[in-house]
Amino acid sequence: MDSSQLLGFTTFAYLLASALYIAIFVFRAEKLGLLATVVACTAFLVQTAGLGLRWVESYQMGIGHAPLSNMYESLVFFSWTIIILYLFLEYKFKNRLIGTFAVPFSFLSMAYASFGTNIQQEIKPLVPALQSNWLIAHVVACFIGYAAFAVACGMGIMYLLKKKNEIKHGKEAAGNLISTLPDLKIIDDVIYKTIVFGFIWLSTGIITGAIWANSAWGTYWSWDPKETWSLITWFVYAVALHARFVRGWGGSRIAWLAIIGFLSVIFTYYGVNYLLSGLHSYAG
Amino acid sequence: MKNKNAFWNFFASVKLALFNLIILAVASIAGTLIPQKEPAGRYIEIYGASVAKFFEILDFVDMYNSWWFLTMLVLLSLNLIVCSIDRIPNVWRLIVMNNLDTDPARLEKMKQGRAINTKDSVTDSARAMKDIMAKDGWKAEEAQIHNGIMLFAQKGSWTRLGAYIVHVSILIIFAGAIIGSLLGFKGSIMLKEKTTTNVIYEFGTNKVIPLGFDLRVDDFSLSFYPNGAPKEYRSDLTVLDGGNEVLTKSILVNDPLDYKGITFYQSSYQNYEEFLVTIKQDKTNQQQVFRITPGRQYTWGAANVTFGILNISPAQFGKLRYKIWFSDGNGPPSQFWMDDEKTVVIKRPENDYSFTAGQLYATGLQVAKDPGVWYVYTGCTLMILGLYVAFFMSHRRVWAFVSEDAKGSKIVLGGLSNKNKIGFERDFEKLVSKLQFDQDESKQQG
Repeated sequence: MDSSQLLGFTTFAYLLASALYIAIFVFRAEKLGLLATVVACTAFLVQTAGLGLRWVESYQMGIGHAPLSNMYESLVFFSWTIIILYLFLEYKFKNRLIGTFAVPFSFLSMAYASFGTNIQQEIKPLVPALQSNWLIAHVVACFIGYAAFAVACGMGIMYLLKKKNEIKHGKEAAGNLISTLPDLKIIDDVIYKTIVFGFIWLSTGIITGAIWANSAWGTYWSWDPKETWSLITWFVYAVALHARFVRGWGGSRIAWLAIIGFLSVIFTYYGVNYLLSGLHSYAG
Repeated sequence: MKNKNAFWNFFASVKLALFNLIILAVASIAGTLIPQKEPAGRYIEIYGASVAKFFEILDFVDMYNSWWFLTMLVLLSLNLIVCSIDRIPNVWRLIVMNNLDTDPARLEKMKQGRAINTKDSVTDSARAMKDIMAKDGWKAEEAQIHNGIMLFAQKGSWTRLGAYIVHVSILIIFAGAIIGSLLGFKGSIMLKEKTTTNVIYEFGTNKVIPLGFDLRVDDFSLSFYPNGAPKEYRSDLTVLDGGNEVLTKSILVNDPLDYKGITFYQSSYQNYEEFLVTIKQDKTNQQQVFRITPGRQYTWGAANVTFGILNISPAQFGKLRYKIWFSDGNGPPSQFWMDDEKTVVIKRPENDYSFTAGQLYATGLQVAKDPGVWYVYTGCTLMILGLYVAFFMSHRRVWAFVSEDAKGSKIVLGGLSNKNKIGFERDFEKLVSKLQFDQDESKQQG
């Protein structure tokens, strides 16, 4: 058994979990709930083992480093942080419909890692620039933030669907599928909380990145595209939080900002690497 | 604050903050799409002469240092300062306000409110209540008011300042950046092995900056992984101050050398068609370093040695192998192949020699002096703490008003929290449950 088999299995387990969570919503099959959770937990445990084993394997190859060093590894880690965050929310809010809009993100990230044609899966040694203790702190902080924003985006979509449904059919559109989604107030609360959580971790990620840059290049900020885009993302969420706190924004507007913010995250994470050039060219 | 004018209100407004953040975001996006700091010709090539001219006039080619981008940062700073000054007095009033004179009638109407009857007297009930609160960490003050005793306790009143801690942290970061750009410098130097410098060159301007000490490169080496990817770039540096060797360190990409506030970072390298040869005569321990080119004969007069590199062949990973010719006048000359950066012992009839040959490298060092960096780091730490306080810590207040009633006394509890209402509800219920437990006990005793 090697890590790539475990992670391959994980991809299919997340596919199954996503299908189950979507089924719970679409077919109102609440009976599938426990099964969905079990599958998601199993996938999470297998993925954890896969990540751990990949870490061990890198040491066996004599190039030991945490599995956080390239696009493939970061996608796997992204999916891992999304599922851990989701399972926490499911436990906290006792609502599996959140999973309908969150678990597929985990699957998509793993699927892209596994089948993306430009994704290299081999364990590669660290180039000199990445040989730093800041690597783990920086990547972990960023991806916890990204995962929170992914969940916030899922909740934003959920909010807008439900809201549109309520406008169309009135508040008590009983029997209507979308009306079974959690209360708007609850969704709004989850969006806000995940954004706050993500914002603190994104800030930590940017700061650890700046400290690392200073110890490697002597500049904590050089307006490299990746840095700049992480700051743009930070601005978007800062706007969302100020609008909510001081101007009392909520509901649809925050839901939209959660979606726009996540598009900015995707561009920071993925778009910059392939569309713009800069110092982060080696990394995920 | 009656003296507020339109100007003040403008800078204190959240609208301006939102506008600033959005404009900064949009400008930053433009800055990632338009290549920055390229030579002028490059822009003409990409965008055509007229657009390139337009970009140059508006500083789009070095946007993040342009007057208008810096103006936006100044505007953001003013906004942060003014809006904080504008709001802090009200927040401060909430922090220091006397909650003991709260109208008892308000307590039951609070989000968390509860009334309980006991058989004890007002003073006994108040004392018991105060003890129970203390057990949960609520240190209560008390006051006698008209018909009873008011107890009040609060936690985390200072956390109302959380958002302002974040605002101040951003200003500290900006201050650090300004200090760094005024009092510091960033530059670089390309230095051949075995050479010394006392100056470096500033980025952008190429201005000569004296270091105030000497820096010598003793050695540069690079190594590769079996797959050919670079593994390590290393420069062995020695600092000489007043002619004395004061510091020696091997620097790596993530491990710079720091001396007197100036930091040297491993950044790049260059190789030359020149070679460094070190010969040591074992018997006398004399040694000499030569910088040579292949195909020529060199002489070490003191030891009567002549030598040269006859041939070079590439080995793995860009490393080289050398064919060496060596003679010390006794017996036929030696000829042998050796690897780059290795030492070979040459056994001659009269003497043994240690012979080291390596390609000549220059190491590219990035050099920075930034006295503002610790302000930036302090600001960053403060920002994370401030965000934590602003979002996860709350100002929680608990009141208990004890008054006389027909059967003994009545305790009215009230509680407010500015954030995390669900968590506070739990805390409040915990407090109330303890109260009932104690009462039951007292009932049994009575």
